[in-house]
Amino acid sequence: MCCSLRGGASRLRRSRYEARRMTLTVSGLGIGRTGRLLLRDVAFELAPGTALSVRGKNGLGKTTLLRTLAGLQPPLEGTLSHDPDAVAYAAHSDALKATLTVEETLRFWAQIYATDNAAAGIAAYGLDHLRARPGGELSAGQRRRCALARLVVSGRSIWLMDEPTAALDADGKSQLAAVLRTHLGQGGSAMMVNHGEHPIECTQLDLGVFEAAPEAARLDAFGEAVE
Amino acid sequence: MIALLLRDLRLAIRSGGGFGLGLAFFLVVIVLTPFAVGPAPAGLAAIAPGVLWLGALLAALLTLDRIFALDWEDGSLEQLALVVPLEGLLFVKALAHWLTTGAMLALLAPVLGILLYLPQGGALPLFLGLIIGTPALSFIGAFGAALVVGIKRGGLLLSLLVLPLYVPTLIMGAEVARRGAQGMPYDVPLALSAALSLFALAIMPFAGAAALRASLR
Repeated sequence: MCCSLRGGASRLRRSRYEARRMTLTVSGLGIGRTGRLLLRDVAFELAPGTALSVRGKNGLGKTTLLRTLAGLQPPLEGTLSHDPDAVAYAAHSDALKATLTVEETLRFWAQIYATDNAAAGIAAYGLDHLRARPGGELSAGQRRRCALARLVVSGRSIWLMDEPTAALDADGKSQLAAVLRTHLGQGGSAMMVNHGEHPIECTQLDLGVFEAAPEAARLDAFGEAVE
Repeated sequence: MIALLLRDLRLAIRSGGGFGLGLAFFLVVIVLTPFAVGPAPAGLAAIAPGVLWLGALLAALLTLDRIFALDWEDGSLEQLALVVPLEGLLFVKALAHWLTTGAMLALLAPVLGILLYLPQGGALPLFLGLIIGTPALSFIGAFGAALVVGIKRGGLLLSLLVLPLYVPTLIMGAEVARRGAQGMPYDVPLALSAALSLFALAIMPFAGAAALRASLR
């Protein structure tokens, strides 16, 4: 009985994924912070069922790129063609409240996203035993799992993740890998900034080639070399 | 939206949520006033409406920067902005602030009025004035909080920004309470007070959403 119910729910979720199955295509995008251009002519494609790993040195604009794609800040050049409502974003910060329990938090986000995936999110990251634990009493890794569970809860098809494996232990990483495989299998896609090893196989995207002002950077390096 | 309102109320009531902060501040101001200005009933009764209104306004001001600052710091505001229209977000946040401060202050004020020898007939106008006037404080305040949300220790700037916008509400509200206490008709200032609140209710969500949009990027 319980299994049949769960089967129904996942079928429902799958149909929603198929309806929203979409390719994120970016070309000629210029992004930056506080008016300063960091990356220009950014171009890549993120097809349903694939994952993309974004690489680049510190301060290059990886987080800024994710924030721009999520719709939190406008691009400085070019336009975004995808529907911002297809995107869910897991930022650096876990966005948990110290006084709300794990279950309350995920139920709240399920209501905000108008989905019924709160239980799926809890199950995906093995948070069952932490249901009643307030956010303030979670360890860094547990907070991260809870934040990643929000992606499952969101029911959205394009996941943008900023260093998802930070603070995760081996168990957490394998849970993340399993969740990502399911998500990609259902026609979703993921784009992550990652410095360590990847949770799953993904295409690499090196942002270094899009750096906006390599001339200035080279001059700086030259100056240092002269000194 | 209702989920967001319930979450904000829940957060406010739980420990460290700041629900008691404004009320406690209000209580302290009113309890200490007789010690500061002397216990003579005539003098206290004369200043009671003004002091009660001033206390309520400052209590509301004290809790303003919590409206967005906490959600901003832990990243919740960003997450909410991805899903919820910012106008709606600001409306709900301001409403939650009003329910936990303005509405509570309006209930508390007539009781504390007794400490200041507020005439008996003055309790109802005081309550009406506060319940109708304080939404303007919360909505203007939420707009101010949205403006300074990205700024560290923005509380000082917030107070300076918001205070001049609070003046009309304070004048009308205190006038309602004063006229009520003296047994005069108070329908005109009450109507103007309601107009100020409705104006804030209609305009501030849009102004605040624009401010949030600028702060978030």
